[in-house]
Amino acid sequence: MVERRVISVIVLNEHGVLTRITGLFAARGYNIETLTVAPIPGSDYSRLTIVTSGSAKVIEQIIKQLHKLIPVYKVIEHSELVEKEMVMAKIPLEERLADVEALCRAYNGNIVNIGQDSAIIMAADEPKRISNFISALKRFNPKEIVRSGVVAIER
Amino acid sequence: MSKNSMTGARMVVEAMKKEGVEVVFGYPGGAIMNVYDEIYKNPYFKHILTRHEQAAVHAADGYARATGKVGVAFVTSGPGFTNAVTGLATAYMDSIPLVVISGQVPISMIGTDAFQEIDAVGISRPCTKHNYLVKDVKELPKILAEAFYIARSGRPGPVHIDIPKDVTVQEAEFDYPKKVKLETYKPTIKGNARQIKKAVEAIAEAKKPVFYLGGGIIHSNSANLVRELVAKTQIPAVETLMARGTLRYDDPLLLGMVGMHGTYAANMAMSEADLLIALGPRFDDRVTGKLSEFAKYAEIIHIDIDPSSIGKLVKVHYPIVGDLKEVLKDLLPLAEKRIDPKRYEAWREILRRYQELHPLKYEDSDEVLKPEWVIQRLGEKLKGKARISTDVGQHQMWTAQYYPFTRPRELITSGGLGTMGFGFPAAIGVKQGVPDEISVNITGDGSILMNIQELMTAVQYKLPVINVILNNNFLGMVRQWQTFFYDKRYSETDLSMQPDFVKLAESFGGVGYRVKTKEEFDKALEDAIQKGVVALIDVVVDRYENVLPMVPAGGSLYNMLLEFKD
Repeated sequence: MVERRVISVIVLNEHGVLTRITGLFAARGYNIETLTVAPIPGSDYSRLTIVTSGSAKVIEQIIKQLHKLIPVYKVIEHSELVEKEMVMAKIPLEERLADVEALCRAYNGNIVNIGQDSAIIMAADEPKRISNFISALKRFNPKEIVRSGVVAIER
Repeated sequence: MSKNSMTGARMVVEAMKKEGVEVVFGYPGGAIMNVYDEIYKNPYFKHILTRHEQAAVHAADGYARATGKVGVAFVTSGPGFTNAVTGLATAYMDSIPLVVISGQVPISMIGTDAFQEIDAVGISRPCTKHNYLVKDVKELPKILAEAFYIARSGRPGPVHIDIPKDVTVQEAEFDYPKKVKLETYKPTIKGNARQIKKAVEAIAEAKKPVFYLGGGIIHSNSANLVRELVAKTQIPAVETLMARGTLRYDDPLLLGMVGMHGTYAANMAMSEADLLIALGPRFDDRVTGKLSEFAKYAEIIHIDIDPSSIGKLVKVHYPIVGDLKEVLKDLLPLAEKRIDPKRYEAWREILRRYQELHPLKYEDSDEVLKPEWVIQRLGEKLKGKARISTDVGQHQMWTAQYYPFTRPRELITSGGLGTMGFGFPAAIGVKQGVPDEISVNITGDGSILMNIQELMTAVQYKLPVINVILNNNFLGMVRQWQTFFYDKRYSETDLSMQPDFVKLAESFGGVGYRVKTKEEFDKALEDAIQKGVVALIDVVVDRYENVLPMVPAGGSLYNMLLEFKD
């Protein structure tokens, strides 16, 4: 049975480390749905959050293979995670911005910028809710949608 | 500058001295010239100039396999490095400890498509245990020490260091770490005591257990412990290609090699066992055949230092992560106390009957030399006195089947990657590492031409490798598959167009023999040993001989092709 999994990887923040991770996924045919990466404040490490999918056996191999990479410090695969994702979109100014703003609020979001012909909005919520948000946004004719990928932390 | 300050190039040779490196195989070029200049000025180690970078890495690999030490090779940037990649991949697939250092264009020119520039670490990443691009000379001593440590510890493997030319001229303090400690890399050495106990319990309860011996035994130098365990438990054993020599060929408990060209008894033992005791193998497809049918009545104990090997392909009931040697030390006393060897007598009897029913066999002939006879004859003459390298193909399988292996590190062969052209340069490295023993490369008429230029290296450094070419004028293994599975459509496998191997050897300063009879073979072998120069013994063998038994690719181990009649 294929299941969705969130894996956090703590890696030494060094040259080429991201290629090692993504190269491993590509070489062994594993799937990456989203990938986020940023340094961990006050350390030499970075944290990657990878959303992937596969059977239990595949997920186990992914974790073991990640562990095998020399600069990998820790692989965290937890079912008790708080996950968040952010999305930004451009909405034409002709749309009903009061409705747009109400929608954003429902998803921990806001209008963050208004330009000459469009407003930029954002929302930050659980990945599934972000997908719902994007569906709901459709009727306001968004010109561009940017998703951040998932970040997660253990409970 | 303090007096311990030196250039990056000098650091490289000083690190070799610190690591006790006796020999480096390599080939100079523009980007690595500064390192070669230091080799000239500081002859700490022997440098062997191979005639191709691929051969340099294979030679370092052969040296490492024969001695258990880390093999070292130096190559230049661009094509020097890309030529070395097959060598890295070969070592990676078989977990061989190597440190390969390549030159690179200066840092300021990286990314400009400069002359002889290639993204070397980008290429070597998937075929090394780890790799480095050195960006700062200050980091070089640490990187060099880490490379040796990573190559030889845990599950061994090749490590590649790419050094830009400007780094080799810059100076910094040479502060070589005495001990390497990496926060992110800590192989598990000790096995879990509870798991070991459970495994012993499972063995004691089993009725049909089999030892499945893998290459990890050789890497961890634990063949003696394995021999002790097998003797004390009286449990039958099968060996993978990489484990050949763990048990002596004449050990009554050894059922032979397992897998695609394994013996009937070994494959049936796997198929009927109720417990596999897997010591450092990796359940390769050439061993398991069809996975859903593999050892389907068996529970599995798997001991391996690499957790990712355990459960990768088959479900393992008793996983034990650790250095096999340490695990066996803990396991042996428990096994001795708990296991009654008499328990398995009925099982041993069944397997004895399988052995008698279908032993390895071939039909000898007086008209034409049979390749199997040649291997057996080599065994009679050289048993225990020689290291046997091979290339890849039919000759490799016949060697694995018929040569009487007496100890670990006696067979040097490319198992995982199956690299044609490996055998000859590897045998050169073997001879360098173990000069007192005869170094033989058993090869085919296809493989030998893939690194034939190494005749020059063998002559120059007086490394008298004896190449025994089982010459069937075919790319034999592919021809065999075409015979069996492609209605004899021999697409591009006829190698009838051949050099005169005698003249070829002589033109390099070696000796050559063309052999068609048993007497001629004996004479040639004796003469080659006595002459002590590199030799090509071109043995004309039966063109259409097949390697049997055979489990067709993807088939079940118990469905063996035992004979093939036209």
